[in-house]
Amino acid sequence: MAEATQKSYYWTGFRAGVPFVLVVMPFGLLFGVVATEAGFTSLQTMAFSSVVFAGAAQFAALQLMVDNAPMAIVIATALAVNLRMAMYSASLSLWLGDAPLWKRALIAYVNVDQSYAISINKYEDEPQMILPDRIAFFFGAVTPVCPLWIVATGLGIWLGDGIPDWMALDFAVPICFLAIIAPMMRTLAHMVAAVTSIVVALVLAGLPFNLGLLVAAVLAMVIGAQVELWTERRAKA
Amino acid sequence: MSAGYIWAIILILGVGTYLIRFSFLGLIGGRDLPEWVLRHLRYTAVAVLPGLVAPLVLWPSATNGEIDPARLSAALVTFGVGLLTRNVIAAILAGGGTLFAMIAIMGAY
Repeated sequence: MAEATQKSYYWTGFRAGVPFVLVVMPFGLLFGVVATEAGFTSLQTMAFSSVVFAGAAQFAALQLMVDNAPMAIVIATALAVNLRMAMYSASLSLWLGDAPLWKRALIAYVNVDQSYAISINKYEDEPQMILPDRIAFFFGAVTPVCPLWIVATGLGIWLGDGIPDWMALDFAVPICFLAIIAPMMRTLAHMVAAVTSIVVALVLAGLPFNLGLLVAAVLAMVIGAQVELWTERRAKA
Repeated sequence: MSAGYIWAIILILGVGTYLIRFSFLGLIGGRDLPEWVLRHLRYTAVAVLPGLVAPLVLWPSATNGEIDPARLSAALVTFGVGLLTRNVIAAILAGGGTLFAMIAIMGAY
């Protein structure tokens, strides 16, 4: 009986994940193309997508590597892009923290923007779900999205140089990032943080080793948090 | 780019990213996380990505750092459509469409 509900939760999760195929497919494809163009071998590109497994951070790292940034800067910046996943991890652990360690270890590997967003919405909507149902739902949501990331990267490598100049592929990465950022502008605090990040990054663009971006990111985080506090206090007053 | 440089970055980023993802799920549990830490973590994505994109939009390498009307308008349309529709795909399509239309009109890339 319990197994039957888990099976159905797996498929509910699966259906919730399917629309994200449309995001992951072109994004992964693009990574394959851009990395190949930057001079990565097929093996390196595939390893990048399957070991790091984080689209935005991979593009950020790639951009800096093409600019010949020092390794420490590449790593610090890409990890900063991924820091939001610590928040996902904290918030998922409220719902999945009692799962066995090996399952949590597996969940962590596929803890990405899409699976997190889908699952946390579901858990909050249906707090009566039991732990095995939640786990089944999570892995269901992951199934259409995560393996596809690696497949799409492979397709991108294969397409490789077949993409003509007029397609202005250099600008595909900024467009993808902008499309991801725009829906994140949920509150005043998010907007102020984004504007801070832009202004400081542009002003400090001349700093060596792309340090300007790291400074901009730290400042923007602090200012975002402060604006959030300020809005909360105003709402209470 | 040397192979060593690429492989080292892949491995270190892979391990680092996994540790970030595993962090609270694996070790402490989000219950114990102080509120001020969560408050900062909420803004990491909007703090890093806009600063990363801004110079690419204003000073694209394809035009040797000169402001380019095609790329600039494509960026604005992408962001505007994303803001209005909250739909990533719609934003990408609108931005890409603008870029190609502008390049076709201006006859240069």
